[in-house]
Amino acid sequence: MLYNEPSPHEVKVLTRRFGLADSASIKTYLKTDGYVAFEKALKMKPEEIIEEVKVSNLRGRGGAGFPTGLKWSFVPKTSPKPKYIVVNADESEPGTCKDRLLIENDPHQLIEGMLIAALSVDAHAGYIYIRGEYRYLIDIMDKAIAEAYEHGYLGRNLLGSAFHFDAFTHTGAGAYECGEESALLESLEGKRGVPRIRPPFPAVVGAFQSPTILNNVETFCAAPAILRDGGAAFAALGVPKAGGTKLTCLSGHLNKPGVYELPLGFPVKKMIEEVGGGIRNGKKLKAFVPGGSSCPVLTAAECEGLTMDYDALAKVKSMLGSGGVVVMDEDTCIVKVALRVMRFYAHESCGWCIPCREGTAWLRKLLQRFHDGHGQRSDIVLIGDLAKNMLGRTFCPLGDAAAMPTISFVEKFRDEFEAHLDGRPCPYEPANRLAAHLVAQ
Amino acid sequence: MTLSPHLEAKFAKLLTSYPPGRQRSAMIPMLMFAQDELGQVTQELVEEVARRIGCTPLQVEEVLTYYSMLHKKPLGKYHVQICTNISCMLTGGAELWEHASGKLRIGHREVAADGFFSLEEVECIGACSWAPAIQVNYDFHHHVTPEKLDRLLAGLRSANAV
Amino acid sequence: MAAPVKLTIDGKAVEAAPGTLVIDAAKLVGINIPSFCYYEGLTLQAACRMCLVEVEKAPKLLAACTLPVAEGMVVRTETPVVAEARKYTLEFLLTNHPLDCPVCDKGGECELQDMVFRYGAGESRYSENKLHVDEKQWSPVVFYDGPRCILCFRCVRICSEGMGVGALGIVNRGAVSEIAPNHGDHLECDECGMCIDICPVGALTSGTYRYKTRPWEMDHVGTICTHCSNGCKTTLGVRNGQIIRGNNRDRSGINGEFLCIKGRYGFDFTDHPERLQSPLMRVNGKLEAASWSVALAAVAKKFSEVRARHGSFGVIGSTHTTNEENYYLQKFARSVLGTNHIDHHRSGDVVTLLDALSGTAGSLSTTADLYERKAVLVVGADLSSQQPFLAFQIRANYRHHQARVYVVTENEVREDGIAAATVRVDKGGELAGVHSLAEKLKTESELVIVFGDSIKGEAVRELVAFGNSLGIPVKYVALVDYSNSRGALDMGLVPELLPGYQPSNQPGMTVGEMLESESLEVLWVVGANPLESAAMKAKDAFVVVQEMFLTETAQRADIVLPAASAYEKTGTVTNVTGEVQRLKTGPSTMGAKPDLEIIGLIARDMGLAAAVGPWIADKVFEEIRATVKGYSVPMAIISAGGAAHTMPVNGRIPVESRPDLIHSSRDNLFTSGTLGRYSKMLGSVMEGRQA
Ligand SMILES: Cc1cc2nc3c(=O)[nH]c(=O)nc-3n(C[C@H](O)[C@H](O)[C@H](O)COP(=O)(O)O)c2cc1C
Ligand code: SF4
Ligand code: FES
Repeated sequence: MLYNEPSPHEVKVLTRRFGLADSASIKTYLKTDGYVAFEKALKMKPEEIIEEVKVSNLRGRGGAGFPTGLKWSFVPKTSPKPKYIVVNADESEPGTCKDRLLIENDPHQLIEGMLIAALSVDAHAGYIYIRGEYRYLIDIMDKAIAEAYEHGYLGRNLLGSAFHFDAFTHTGAGAYECGEESALLESLEGKRGVPRIRPPFPAVVGAFQSPTILNNVETFCAAPAILRDGGAAFAALGVPKAGGTKLTCLSGHLNKPGVYELPLGFPVKKMIEEVGGGIRNGKKLKAFVPGGSSCPVLTAAECEGLTMDYDALAKVKSMLGSGGVVVMDEDTCIVKVALRVMRFYAHESCGWCIPCREGTAWLRKLLQRFHDGHGQRSDIVLIGDLAKNMLGRTFCPLGDAAAMPTISFVEKFRDEFEAHLDGRPCPYEPANRLAAHLVAQ
Repeated sequence: MTLSPHLEAKFAKLLTSYPPGRQRSAMIPMLMFAQDELGQVTQELVEEVARRIGCTPLQVEEVLTYYSMLHKKPLGKYHVQICTNISCMLTGGAELWEHASGKLRIGHREVAADGFFSLEEVECIGACSWAPAIQVNYDFHHHVTPEKLDRLLAGLRSANAV
Repeated sequence: MAAPVKLTIDGKAVEAAPGTLVIDAAKLVGINIPSFCYYEGLTLQAACRMCLVEVEKAPKLLAACTLPVAEGMVVRTETPVVAEARKYTLEFLLTNHPLDCPVCDKGGECELQDMVFRYGAGESRYSENKLHVDEKQWSPVVFYDGPRCILCFRCVRICSEGMGVGALGIVNRGAVSEIAPNHGDHLECDECGMCIDICPVGALTSGTYRYKTRPWEMDHVGTICTHCSNGCKTTLGVRNGQIIRGNNRDRSGINGEFLCIKGRYGFDFTDHPERLQSPLMRVNGKLEAASWSVALAAVAKKFSEVRARHGSFGVIGSTHTTNEENYYLQKFARSVLGTNHIDHHRSGDVVTLLDALSGTAGSLSTTADLYERKAVLVVGADLSSQQPFLAFQIRANYRHHQARVYVVTENEVREDGIAAATVRVDKGGELAGVHSLAEKLKTESELVIVFGDSIKGEAVRELVAFGNSLGIPVKYVALVDYSNSRGALDMGLVPELLPGYQPSNQPGMTVGEMLESESLEVLWVVGANPLESAAMKAKDAFVVVQEMFLTETAQRADIVLPAASAYEKTGTVTNVTGEVQRLKTGPSTMGAKPDLEIIGLIARDMGLAAAVGPWIADKVFEEIRATVKGYSVPMAIISAGGAAHTMPVNGRIPVESRPDLIHSSRDNLFTSGTLGRYSKMLGSVMEGRQA
């Protein structure tokens, strides 16, 4: 299924089967080079597979952008424990809706990616952790897994080799924090989604206390292309330090929102104007979030000359994150956006550590009061200050994810905060209609 | 407690899906799948799941109350979940929520008197590029407008009238 | 031992074993890094973020509670950045915490209060509504006030890890997370109250103590629990001569933070309304109040008269009275009254064990051994229910050192959960069960064997032979029932043995024989209740009873002398593993006297005080140290409130062992012999009523 028209600017590597008839079936998959990378990998040594992934310059697509080949190389070769592959299909970062498409349209690509990772560390079982809301994807994935067993791509003696691998789906039940890798592992083990103390990292002590490769769906889905066409070819698609394409989720005030596969380093203006079809209703761009709601917001002015890749965005103190681009037009109330973002983090904070649990809850109440027109000048400073007091001090990065955008909203749009002062109604929503529906959580 | 044959089969598969001694891993899937049939997580179910995976009911309770999709109280036959997170909010999700709440005359996490609909304002459901989006039970609906929502709800009512 | 790691903390050079956490390494040089969630011995949480410190080259502050020391590491714990982080963490914490310290039960001993005093912000910038949920009562002894909870998870951990119970959990998510009990609205657990003591704030409060007093209005008296034989230190909060609470927050005893329900709450017998406060004398067949001088004179007169004509005395002593009292009593009986008819209720075969071990050294386990030794074998005892501190030690050993635990019991026990092997046996099959573990136990490098009253007489010898056959160092614990059961044996409160297990030349009658004897003229019972379940044949015997309550035995007495409880006197007691500790006087009950004093006054009134010596506990203990084998323990340890291990004999004990007399009362967490009957609190918890 496709939910939006493809764009001519796309470079279709991971999404190449999207739109084919029966694209999720193993028949279609096998007809289109399916599992050839796995066959190739079966003949390679584990180090060679990891080397190929290193050459590809693939960086994790879940948000943190950690080099994937390096991560795989951290799995201890000599550990007597079984090793596991875990797919992070929790996709809950607001603004992100790409893993869903990868599984829906091409589940075998994910299985093949898992198999390649498994070969690189000699793992024999893998779990696909799918957020609870994506129930239909579990059915799709389970069907693909069954097909793979039937065709000898899962199970024992794969393609006549001694290698064996089993894959399972596992449902989440509604918790953003379970996207964080160690919380995901806790959840996979039937526990509350509270992160673990790290180190040790999952590569060393992961699922079931064993070494584990844990990656995002899109990261695994890149592996077949890398093995099939070579790491260098994949690297060449992107920028010097980050290879390949990135599934980019355009949302917000655009004429053509949608999920598009763009090469890393794609120009931001072109992405908004040409791929996304420009701002709707002829409005002007006010700001955009480049990689999901945890990333610091960027202003229209900051788009000039900016490209979508890890380093370029880091230079403007934001992040490529998960590829969720949220575009806001000139009529957007930034205070309202800040409030909505904080409501999300307060709702999703696992409650484990003090700064995140209490900080997000405080900021949510404060921003609500502020947006409702009861703000005071000192509150503006307080909002930024509280966010800074969370930043870098919480147990896991969720606190940072809440703090970073908040700091950027106050710093870059202070005038909008000031416009709400002195009991004035929200300039963008004079009737302040929002307040009526916001539910106390 | 007796479970449907379908659930029994699912539970049986789950118990073999994890490494030996790790049956606790099956907890969340078991609760989710069972809730889909029972409409809620009852105390009886908590105890049953605890027994099957070898942990205490309190351990199940700890988990159950953590996840926002697990409910101890019954939901409506159709659980209407409206996303008002950022991408949806920018494209009318908040208005959609108000519309639905007014129309069904229930608020956040409330169930209509006849038990047919329940309503929830939810966080991002992964449909940002096709916003505003809602889910009714597990079914996604994209680019939803108040009118489209009305038609959808009316359709569900009439389909069930027969 | 691996070479120590060298690092610098606040400019001070520190050497610590590899793996030491920075928060602990700092303590080595006297630097206290603040923390809420960190608690020594429990799993790490890194949740409160109070312990953040600056580490050179680290991009952000790091949690000292989970940071292992590293060579050359440079740590700063009091920089402006650190101080600011602490201050703001406290500010966050206080947003939903009620700021009503003056009316909070924890005021004055609250870690949050102290922390804010040291690091906190003077004013809060929080002006939003606070979350509120109502306080809940989870059991007669445990209350939970959600808003005060800072979610440090100490209670959850002490319950699951420390106690092996797991009655507390965490429910909900985010700011509305809270602690929840295991049965919906109430707890079903050991009711040990560990969660209350370990709570740094006023979130968990004790049903027996809350809102009764401020902590600074009490005297805090560290003494030894008077219930079971484990010898836990309990600190009594005493105000106006009344015990208001027992706790162990300073962790100074052998038991660390551990206390069970009895040690923490079972003090309320001391002011039970039926407590005897005046001597009683039988007048016209009825017991009537009398003055001490009249009652003592009557006892002295009777004793002198019977002594003069060499009449027969029977003396029954107690398992709760002090070593000094027991020593003094047997000395009085043997040397003044001239009788060897002296005995007490025996609950474990210590005598055969000591005899079987004769010639070996270091074969008696201490409570610390149970925490340190690599393997433990439990035979015929439900430790978690009957010997709770020993069980706690074994659990901690399992958690911290992966100790291998073996269990041979009739019924399921909590230790099964951590056992490397469990053998279920029929009654009497314990020894066979032990033998079935031989091959497994031989693979261990050392072992402690803990055995209950089903192993007695020959079975003890067989068990020791079995231990010897393993070819590894083995230590033993013969379980006994009460706070000074072991001391009573050590002090010769048995007809066949003098203090220090020296055989008596003319063994006298046992308890049973005394009760069966028709010719007994005087029965003197000090702190025991033999007539609870047996009758006395000598219808005309003159019965003197020293007691706290009008027990079945006291009701039969001719003279009842009101005795002080263990919480109301000084002296020493010896626990199940032979560790001697000192009692301190907490409250006093008007009208009652310590047994030592009562015995001394009887001697005085008989004009024989010189023969038994002064009835001053310290003086008697000096004599014990000088004359009782194994009791020459260092005074410095005892005086400082420590525990000194005794090794009463190391040679054969040539007496006829009397396994037939050994029976454990099998008290559980909610019962405690006669004392338990007079503790309302023990009777009030539902687990007690079920048990
Ligand atoms: C609060 C939080 C939420 C996250 N959510 C997700 C998620 O939904 N999906 C995902 O793939 N990674 C998520 N991550 C990142 C993961 O922790 C992890 O870095 C990632 O799955 C690793 O895979 P990658 O290297 O392929 O990116 C989240 C991280 C944090 C801190
Ligand atoms: S009740 Fe006390 S011990 Fe338990 S989590 Fe709360 S503050 Fe910590
Ligand atoms: S003591 Fe380190 S985070 Fe609590």
